[in-house]
Amino acid sequence: MSENTITPLTMPKWGLSMKEGKLINWLVEEGSQFSRGDELAEVETEKIASAVEASMAGTLRKIVAENDTVYPVGALLAVVADESVSDDEVNAYIEKFQSEFVPEESGDEDEGIQAQTIEVNSLNIRYLSKGDGDRVLLLVHGYGGDLDNWLFNHDELVEKTGMRVIALDLPGHGQSSKVVGDANLEFFADTIHAFLQALDIEKAYLVGHSMGGAISLCFASKYPDNVLGLGLIASAGLGDEINNEYIQGFMESTSRKQIKPWLELLFADKSLVNRQLINNMLQYKRLDGVSDALNAVSRQLLDDSGKQGRQFLDSLDTLACRICVVWGMDDHIIPASHTERLPDSVSKLVIESSGHMVQMEAANKVNQFLIDNLLTR
Amino acid sequence: MARKITYQQAINEALDQEMTRDESVIVMGEDVVGGSGGHGEMDAWGGVLGLTKGLYAKHGNRIMDTPITESGYIGAAVGAATCGMRPVAELMFIDFMGVCLDQIYNQAAKFRYMFGGKAKTPVVIRAMYGAGFSAAAQHSQALYSIFTHIPGLKVVLPSSPYDAKGLLIQAIRDDDPVIFLEHKVLYTLEGEVPEEPYTVPFGEANVVREGDDVTIVAFGRMVLHATGVADKLAKEGIKCEVIDPRTTSPLDDESILESIENTGRLVVVDESNPRCSMASDIAELAVTRAFEHLKAPVKTVTAPHTPVPFAKSLEDAYIPSPEKIEAAIRSIA
Amino acid sequence: MSELSKEKLLEAYRMMRTIRDFEERVHDEFAKGGIPGFVHLYAGEEASATGICMHLTDQDRIVSTHRGHGHCIAKGVDVIGMMAEIYGKQTGTCHGKGGSMHIADLDKGMLGANGIVGGGPPLICGVGLTHKMRGTDGVGIAFFGDGASNQGTTLESMNLATVWNLPCIFVVENNGYAEATSSEWAVSCDNYADRAAGFGMPGTTVDGHDFFAVYETAGEAIARARAGGGPSLVEVKLNRYFGHFEGDAQTYRRADEVKQLREEKDCLKIFRKRVVDANLLEHSDLDKIDEEVAALIDEAVQQAEAASPPAVEELLTHVYVNY
Repeated sequence: MSENTITPLTMPKWGLSMKEGKLINWLVEEGSQFSRGDELAEVETEKIASAVEASMAGTLRKIVAENDTVYPVGALLAVVADESVSDDEVNAYIEKFQSEFVPEESGDEDEGIQAQTIEVNSLNIRYLSKGDGDRVLLLVHGYGGDLDNWLFNHDELVEKTGMRVIALDLPGHGQSSKVVGDANLEFFADTIHAFLQALDIEKAYLVGHSMGGAISLCFASKYPDNVLGLGLIASAGLGDEINNEYIQGFMESTSRKQIKPWLELLFADKSLVNRQLINNMLQYKRLDGVSDALNAVSRQLLDDSGKQGRQFLDSLDTLACRICVVWGMDDHIIPASHTERLPDSVSKLVIESSGHMVQMEAANKVNQFLIDNLLTR
Repeated sequence: MARKITYQQAINEALDQEMTRDESVIVMGEDVVGGSGGHGEMDAWGGVLGLTKGLYAKHGNRIMDTPITESGYIGAAVGAATCGMRPVAELMFIDFMGVCLDQIYNQAAKFRYMFGGKAKTPVVIRAMYGAGFSAAAQHSQALYSIFTHIPGLKVVLPSSPYDAKGLLIQAIRDDDPVIFLEHKVLYTLEGEVPEEPYTVPFGEANVVREGDDVTIVAFGRMVLHATGVADKLAKEGIKCEVIDPRTTSPLDDESILESIENTGRLVVVDESNPRCSMASDIAELAVTRAFEHLKAPVKTVTAPHTPVPFAKSLEDAYIPSPEKIEAAIRSIA
Repeated sequence: MSELSKEKLLEAYRMMRTIRDFEERVHDEFAKGGIPGFVHLYAGEEASATGICMHLTDQDRIVSTHRGHGHCIAKGVDVIGMMAEIYGKQTGTCHGKGGSMHIADLDKGMLGANGIVGGGPPLICGVGLTHKMRGTDGVGIAFFGDGASNQGTTLESMNLATVWNLPCIFVVENNGYAEATSSEWAVSCDNYADRAAGFGMPGTTVDGHDFFAVYETAGEAIARARAGGGPSLVEVKLNRYFGHFEGDAQTYRRADEVKQLREEKDCLKIFRKRVVDANLLEHSDLDKIDEEVAALIDEAVQQAEAASPPAVEELLTHVYVNY
């Protein structure tokens, strides 16, 4: 940041439907300095609570937004400026910003980017495509997840790489058809292959989370000519261990009270599991066909002894594409220790104070790691 | 789930999807098709408010008009349910229960118990309830507490399009008799509703707002009033927890008690008359099972002990208003 | 009469005799104080339930009344279980939770005795509707008394059955009294069957002391319903031997009314005379049944008395399938 520059810190937009967010509380004090990636404030949306991370180093000169208050997307939360900028300049900046600020209304251009549905192998697959670069990145969520799992990654990856980034709902998940064929990794890999073909995409980077990582590995083995590189986040398929109780508990939960402790296992910071996150998960789980689909997939995911059914660790070297691996240190679903046996050719990062949903809990770090180690090399 | 439809469309969609899924689901009621035996079109009305419009075109004789004969067809629905059908009978206005109540509370509700567990009666009786349309004393009542009183019945009060669809599908798939009550003022309410079929379980309250200061338990349309007031007071720092039980039988007493234990303050908002009501029922719950946690008297906001009046000025005064709810909260917050 | 095989005739006699002995015995045991609650006895009316239910299979369903023991037995409900139910025992048909007025066995097509006068006819429209929608040839029979014959539910149901063209038969068992009130006074027309015309269905009156007359009339109505011809009304004129409920002194009846009926109009005596005179059955065939039935009823009472009452935990079960 150059001298005399004033930068606004505004209410972020996480996902298409976000219109406003509630500032829960500030995590840094007025006047303090912060580094890139530091958490500045906690914000809660109707989908999830998360932290606003600093996208650059700076000084929090003036806090504008109050705790426990709802602000529209784009509203001024605070002003970041070097000590050399005078208080008058800061105040003038705030005054100008507030007088010009118009909250985003429905029907503006961003509304144009909606999730779409395409028929692939007789299945309806919902996906969200952003950016119009020639290079394509496909985001593959995990067991029980959906394309909203990439809420904090999708936009930033488009912005910083100029790539076309597509997130999809796997069959049996989100708003895609609740039909899962053989429910094994091949089925999902084949579906993704057909999905990319249907979109006329020959090659893509795949970034997969958890089961989505194992699906991406399976895809790379089966369709090596169609993959440019793999980003594996808290991925299945890189070791034996997996929290079998979580899978069972998540699968069998039907009520708010039952599912809450299982969802809390996904995060290092349990407070991120708010009412809306739970409701969204229950709404998904209550759709016809979801229970059967999750059951079928879990039977393929796990072997009889409750270990992971498929292993790619020993065949990683045979994959020609670039691979990078990210894990949350406090992952209670698949342990971060699975990074220890990775071959040297694989770049890896283990992030502290993050759980299985590391791409949400430490979005900036994960995004940057993917950019540095996979997407811009 | 970006798609928004109305409460009314959500109910139509639930009926349509369940009739498609299961041949044993049939729909009957006065003018639910509209036009039977006349010289004009079938599906002329599709229900008095057009709620079942279009189902006849898709499902033919599985949706059927009845004569105006509530005892006759409610009883027929109950009888068919004991034979393995899953009838959805529309009673139009819940106020009409008076002419067919025997079939509901002495027959459907009691078969399983009287017959030693040998009967299943998966019948759904749909009806609209509630004031706000100047429909006066015989077309505006909120009679859910009467059904809640009867063992063997389940009673459902959806307050949103999402709940309306999911609870109705659950009601149809449920093996017990269900009274499904739709607030007529909510029919035009829009909300996000998944296109796929889904169920919302009975006996699980929806915590519409979270808060530590005051628990508000509200039913049906009153959930919207309560939520509006809670949002207003939140700006002043009074944090209300709004609980929508969604079903009065079974009742998620656990969620209500947990909230009272946390807040120590309770306001119950119930559109029905106050005596032997859900308001008095929830108040009883609080004082018999959470008395030691209460920091203030329990407050109830209900209609008065009068019939529903016709004149707008009187009807407005009859229905629990956001202002009355706010005053009740402030009096103990 | 001649179209019935010997087996069928024996079956009919056994059914009527079982009902009679069952009811006479309940009368005795109630007087001794062994049976709790209200019981309403069907003795004297046996030819009606038997003549009609002989045409039915388990897929055909009936609804009955507070005076329902005879309909239950005629529809094949187990007599041992019924007696235990009337005694309020765990081994009863409904595990002692229903009692005399609520005996039901849906597997046998018995959709319940009913404590509400006029409670049954609407239900039978649902039975008929189910058969119609599923395309079976099953029928539904609503038994009701002259008391229920004036209830709105009954009249609504007959109208609905015609409007929907349902395979339902409405059987009014006119025993002359609704509780203590004479049907001659309480029913607004001379012949109840005349009301059928008002509902667009055939109506017939039949002598309910004559098994063969009931059997024949019911057979025609049931066959029409099975063939898609719609509902019928059958008025069965008969008499009950006991009061409205046990303990009723019946002071509203002539002093010798029942005595005379038992001598002159008894359906079992009439049946026996007809079949023996026509050389279709021997006295000895019928005497053998009398002995067997007597033994069965003894056994039923013994078992009922010996059985345990329902455990207190049963209070809370069977309210819902899931709650």
